[in-house]
This record gives sequence, C-alpha cells and structure tokens, in this order.
Amino acid sequence: MSERKTWQELELGVELPAATSLGYKTGGWRVLRPVWNASECIYCMICVNYCPDMAIPVTKSEEGVAGKGGRLFKGVIRLETNLDYCKGCGICAHECPTKCLSMIREEEAEQASCKL
Amino acid sequence: MGVRKAITGAEAAAEAMRQINPDVVVAYPITPQTPIVEQFAKYVADGIVDTEMVPVESEHSAMSATVGAEAAGARAMSATSSQGLALMWEIVAATPGLRLPIVMSLVNRALSAPINIHCDHSDVMGVTTVGWIQIFSENAQEVYENLLLAIRVAEDTRVQLPAMVNQDGFITSHAVEPVEIFDDALVRKFVGVRSLNRALLDVEHPKSIGPLVLPDYYFEFKRAQEEAMSKVFEVYREVGTELSAITGKQYPFFETYRVDDAEVVVVVLNSAAGTAKAAVDAMRVQGKKVGMLKPILFRPFPYSEVRDALRHVPVVGVLDRSMDFGACAPVYSEFRNALWKLDKRPAMQSYIYGLGGRDIMTTEIEAVFEELLSGKLDPEHQRYIGLRG
Amino acid sequence: MPTLQEIALKTSGADARIVSGHRMCSGCGIGSLIKTVLAASDKPVIVISATGCLEVVTTIYPFTAWNTPWMHLTFENAASVAAGVESAYKSLKRRGRIDSDVNILAVGGDGGTYDIGFQALSGALERQHKFMYLVYDNEGYMNTGNQRSGATPFGASTTTVPAGKVSSGKPQWRKNLVEIVAAHRIPYVGQAAVHNTLDLYKKAQKGFNADGPAVLAVLQPCATNWSFDAALTMQYSKLAVETNFWPLYEIENGVVHVNTKPSNRKPIEEFLKGQTRFRHLFKSGNEHVIVEMQKMIDDEWARLLKLEESGIQF
Repeated sequence: MSERKTWQELELGVELPAATSLGYKTGGWRVLRPVWNASECIYCMICVNYCPDMAIPVTKSEEGVAGKGGRLFKGVIRLETNLDYCKGCGICAHECPTKCLSMIREEEAEQASCKL
Repeated sequence: MGVRKAITGAEAAAEAMRQINPDVVVAYPITPQTPIVEQFAKYVADGIVDTEMVPVESEHSAMSATVGAEAAGARAMSATSSQGLALMWEIVAATPGLRLPIVMSLVNRALSAPINIHCDHSDVMGVTTVGWIQIFSENAQEVYENLLLAIRVAEDTRVQLPAMVNQDGFITSHAVEPVEIFDDALVRKFVGVRSLNRALLDVEHPKSIGPLVLPDYYFEFKRAQEEAMSKVFEVYREVGTELSAITGKQYPFFETYRVDDAEVVVVVLNSAAGTAKAAVDAMRVQGKKVGMLKPILFRPFPYSEVRDALRHVPVVGVLDRSMDFGACAPVYSEFRNALWKLDKRPAMQSYIYGLGGRDIMTTEIEAVFEELLSGKLDPEHQRYIGLRG
Repeated sequence: MPTLQEIALKTSGADARIVSGHRMCSGCGIGSLIKTVLAASDKPVIVISATGCLEVVTTIYPFTAWNTPWMHLTFENAASVAAGVESAYKSLKRRGRIDSDVNILAVGGDGGTYDIGFQALSGALERQHKFMYLVYDNEGYMNTGNQRSGATPFGASTTTVPAGKVSSGKPQWRKNLVEIVAAHRIPYVGQAAVHNTLDLYKKAQKGFNADGPAVLAVLQPCATNWSFDAALTMQYSKLAVETNFWPLYEIENGVVHVNTKPSNRKPIEEFLKGQTRFRHLFKSGNEHVIVEMQKMIDDEWARLLKLEESGIQF
C-alpha cells in the first residue's frame, strides 16, 4: 500500500481517474486456479464472456491457432488467463463445452511450478 | 441604472434565474416556493430562457437530478422550502462533499409538525452543518442580488461549494416590492458561463465521481471541504466588489444599522430586520441608543467580523425565528460563540419569535429594546415574543 | 447479428468499459452482466450507479474499475441522477457546449430499484428521459448480507424475514417490475439472464437504441447470499429460465414477446435445490410452499403467454 495522501494533496471533489483498479491484483484471493488445455479449445468465447473479472484476455489472430481436433481457429482467440486478477471462481471450467478447462488447487499449481 | 419592477420575492428570484439562464433547473413545487418555479416555467414556455427544466416527482429527486446535472457539467439550479428541504436533506448533505456549486433558493417555511406553511427559519437552521454556503435576504431586492452573487461565489475555483439563498416565506416571497433589475447583458457578463473542466460528460477524460471512501481517507476529504468553506470570505468580498460596479450596492457579511454608539443591539435575520430598523428609528427618536445587526452570510460564519462589530456593545439581544429544542437557539449560539473571546463580553439575551408565521410588530421589538435597556435579562432562559401563555 | 467473438473483443480489450481489479465476490454474476451490457453501446456510456454491490465493489477509493464516465450519489436515485445527467446533456448539446454523442445508463440492484429507488424510476420513466435503466436482480439487499427486498421471491429466507420455527421465509410474491415499467408506456423493456450472453447483449442494444427510456431487468444469481458454489452462477441462471422462474421476454412498444419457451419446463425444485436460502423448503412441513410456488410460476407463465398471444399493448 503506497503512502496515503494528506488532505492538501487530494484532488478536487471525490473523483478518480479511470481504471485505477488495475493496480489492485485480486489474484491473491485464489484458492483454485484454472488450467487451460488450448489443444482442446474451440474458442467459443463462453469462458471469456462469463468471466466476472475480465481475466481472460483475447486477441485477433489472422493466421489462426490450432484447437480441438487440430482445427485452425481464426479471428478472435483467447489467451492464457491473467492470474493477476483471476479469483478462481471456476465458472469458466464449469461452463466450458469441451471441458478443456479444469480447476486445480493453488498449492498444487505452486508445487508444480517449483518442480520446474 | 436598472429597471424598477413591482414584483414579489419569488418573482425576484425568478428574474435572477432568468438572467442567469442556467443550463438546467430541476424543482418540485412546495408552498411558498411555488411561484419561483411557476414563473421560471413560464419563461421556459415562452422561450425567454432556453433552460432544460425538469418537473420531477419529489424534492429528493429534484436535488438528485440537480446534482446529476451539475456533475455532468451543467450549471443547475433548484428551489424549495421546509418539508421539501427536509426530504432532500440526504442529497443536500452529499452535495458539498462532491464539491458541486449548485445554487438553490430556499423560501423559509416552518417545519412540520404541526404542518404550517408560513414563515420561520426552522428549515434552514436544520441544515447549517453540512457545508452549504448560506446567504439571507431581507427583501426582494436582496433576493435578486444574492442569487447573482451566489452563482459566482459557489463556482469560484477556490470554493466549488453549493449555496442556498434564503428569503422569508410569504412575507418576502409573496409580497410585492419595488425591485431594481439590472441590465441583462451586464448581468450575463458578470455571471459568465460555468467551466466544463469538471464535467462528467467529458468522455475524453472519463472519471469516477462519488466512490466509497473508507476510514483511511474520509476525514481528509472533509478537511479539504472545510478549507474551501474558509475561502468563501475572500471570494465573497471580491465578487461583491465586482457586483457593486453594476448595482452600486455593498455586499457585507452582515448589515449594521445605527450600531456605532448603541447601548443595545438586536440581531435579526431576513424580513424582521426591516421591522427592527423601524423599531430602532422609533427608539432613537426617543433618544434611546439602540441599533440592529442583520446577518447576511451565515455559513461560513464571520466570527471575527461579528466580534469586531459588537465588541463595544454592552447588551446584545438575538431574535431567532426557530428553536433548537433543549438547547440554545441557533443564531443566538453563533453570536455567543463569536463574542466569547472578548475580554469584556456583552450581556446577551435569547428571544424566540415568529414561529409558524406569527407576525412580529415594531412595538414588540421596541418592547424588547426597553427590556434590554432596563437590564432585565435572563441569560439562562430564552424568552418568547408574542407567545400566548 | 452480434457474435460471442465480437462481444469478447469489446469486453476484454483496452477499450473495455469496466476492467479487472474490482472487489466483486469470486463468481459474482454482476461482472459478466455489466460488461456485456456496456459493450452493447455503440457510443460512449455515462454510468450512474445506485449504492449497492456494483457501486461498492467497483469503487473503493483510490481504486475504480470504471473505464467510462461514472458517478454515484446515494441509494434511491440512480434514475433521478440519470435524469439530471440526461437533462444536462440535452441542454449543453443544444447550446453547442459539447458535441459528443453518449448513451446514459442508470444501474441499480433490485433494492435500489424495486424498493427505495422505485419512485425515482417511475418519475424518470414517466418524463420519458432518454436513458436505459439496468437492474441487476439478485433478489435481496446482497451487498449488506441478504436483507429482503420487493424482488425477493416467495419462500426465500433472508436475514430480515428468515425462515424459522414459525416462518417459511418471505410470505409475499415478488413484484413484477417489467409490467410496472411497461405501464409507463416506454418504448422498450427487456428481461434477460446473465448466462445468455447473446440475448442479454441484443436486449441491451435495443435498450440503448430505443427512442426513449428503456429498462433491462437481468437475473443475477448471487453465490454468496443465495449460497451456492461460485462456479455454479451461470448454471443457476439457466435453471431459473428452464423452470420458467425467470422468463426471457421483452415488451417492445407495449407489445409482449417471449423469447424462450421451454418445451418441458423443469420443476421448480431443480432451481431451488442447492441454494441455502431455499434449504428450509425441503424440510418436512414446508412442502406446501413449493407446491404454491410451482402453481404461481405455472399460472404466471400461462398468463404471460396469453398476454403475448392477445397482442394487447401496454
């Protein structure tokens, strides 16, 4: 937490510039973490649109990426979940039509990354 | 030199609003404020102003929409009385915290219960602590000029606080007086246009207004608000000087009448101050040295100026047109606060008068002067003028 | 025709009007709901929030998750504040002081809409201000821990009307907000649910583009207070629709149009089970409550279909 301002340093009114919450990493709330198997993904965007935390970034791909059944998916594709903000609610995994998303416990994920 | 019109206090308020031609007016009718709204609505209907006027469904919505409009970037005005003020209290309390320079006419009317539509100051005195600038008007001329002054003081970058301009319900709002209305172009130039630099509608610079503030910051926000309140005095003086160039009048924080050599001074707000001046003159004819002080700027309260004005006065009687049940009356309290620091304090007496529109006569104020001159004070108890029983 | 891909791009990119880092409960239905609605506007959106979950979790000084102009005043006046913003917009535009085109969105929870904010909403709709009012309906005052609202369903246990030895929860049915606002003769009212992203998005588009005020009522299952596992938010939204508890329909220019007609509606128990707020209904002695609930839902559904069939205009 940064130094708190004195009253003299406050901006006029009770106002904030846009989007400052990006500085608040809610990823620390997680007990479960999503694991995404991109090779089984059909890039349906259900998980992206459901995520309450806007934690699944997307991009546009002209060349396309390989997904389920080796098919090439072009256009809007999802990327790895942004773990800075993902709270581990599990909606993405529960709603995924191909079950390419699963939830594992944070401790398991940490142990797995330690092994590397 | 303006044009003299025979108009009521309410119409005078509407005239000021006509010249200001705000972007938005939101109001809900309540006696005795209604003629302000009706007169302004007529201006809108006849295309004399091009204000967006919103006939909302309650006073709570009236102030909410006024806040919305002001936050959006508009210059927004409103008006109310008594129960209407009480209903919008929640939002009235929030407005200064958001630093929105809304200007509102308050036509003073007694608070229920019992329900009473006539004049007293219980409505405004219930809202002195939340941070609105409060200006009081003795007559229709003052109502008109105070509204013009208020816009500029409120919107000044050093202030950015809302202001309410008070006038007595029915006595001022509904009584016809000669009012000098100054040149439209001069007034428009004086009032200017509100800057859009804080506008929510500025989509290029999106911001969030009114977030939740926890104990780690709330105190600092309120201190900053208090600092702005303290700047009102210097801004009021500057703006008053500028307005003087148009009107030829002065804009002091309070008016003193024959106070210089007075042995007794009576303090009274709004229309009864006019009655008090007549009583002062009647007493002076008899050789009695009395005077009157009429507060104009009540919030922020000019403690040191009041102290200087009354330091030489042996006896001060304060006439309050409202009560603070179980405690000292509001105007009396402020004057006691102001005079506390003096090595030699005046003797003081609190009087309650005029509740629920009960008239006060010059003879009654003369009787007050006689009582105060005779030294028959009872500082532990407030007295009641014109009360049966 | 919008696609989930287009919506995804709008809600997750740099231009997203609401961003990460807010303090919504894990799995909160509001997140998906609000980002979808915001994405549906083709103009910049000015958002006015009532006090409630959305306002509190998105703006705790010095953090704000809003990447679009936003304001909050108090609990009961999202609609009247929005009316003020809309009036300022009209006035300033007319006077040539601003030139941007915007949409205005007032957002309240069911508390700030059905109860304390009802009057302000009714007034703003009657005056036909051009804005959209979005109510995220989680069926109680959830930000403060599940107190009862006028939208709390029959039989639900809340902290202010709890189930107990002599009570089976709320004894009254919830208000029908959609019909109430339709009676104000506004051009568009939509009832949507958070799981059906496309339906919600299209309704939000219609609301933003309506030639007058619009109201969008969206069911938002609340994992924390309905009490179920956070991962099941969308599932409960689906069940609400599949049981006819929450029909997806619209009233466009006064005419009712039902969007989804389950061929075999699921029994209401499917929706109720697993939610702690309805747990007491499965105890012996409370069977009649579920029976009454099922009858009410079936009667309401039949009535809605009749209304649609009749073509009667509100």
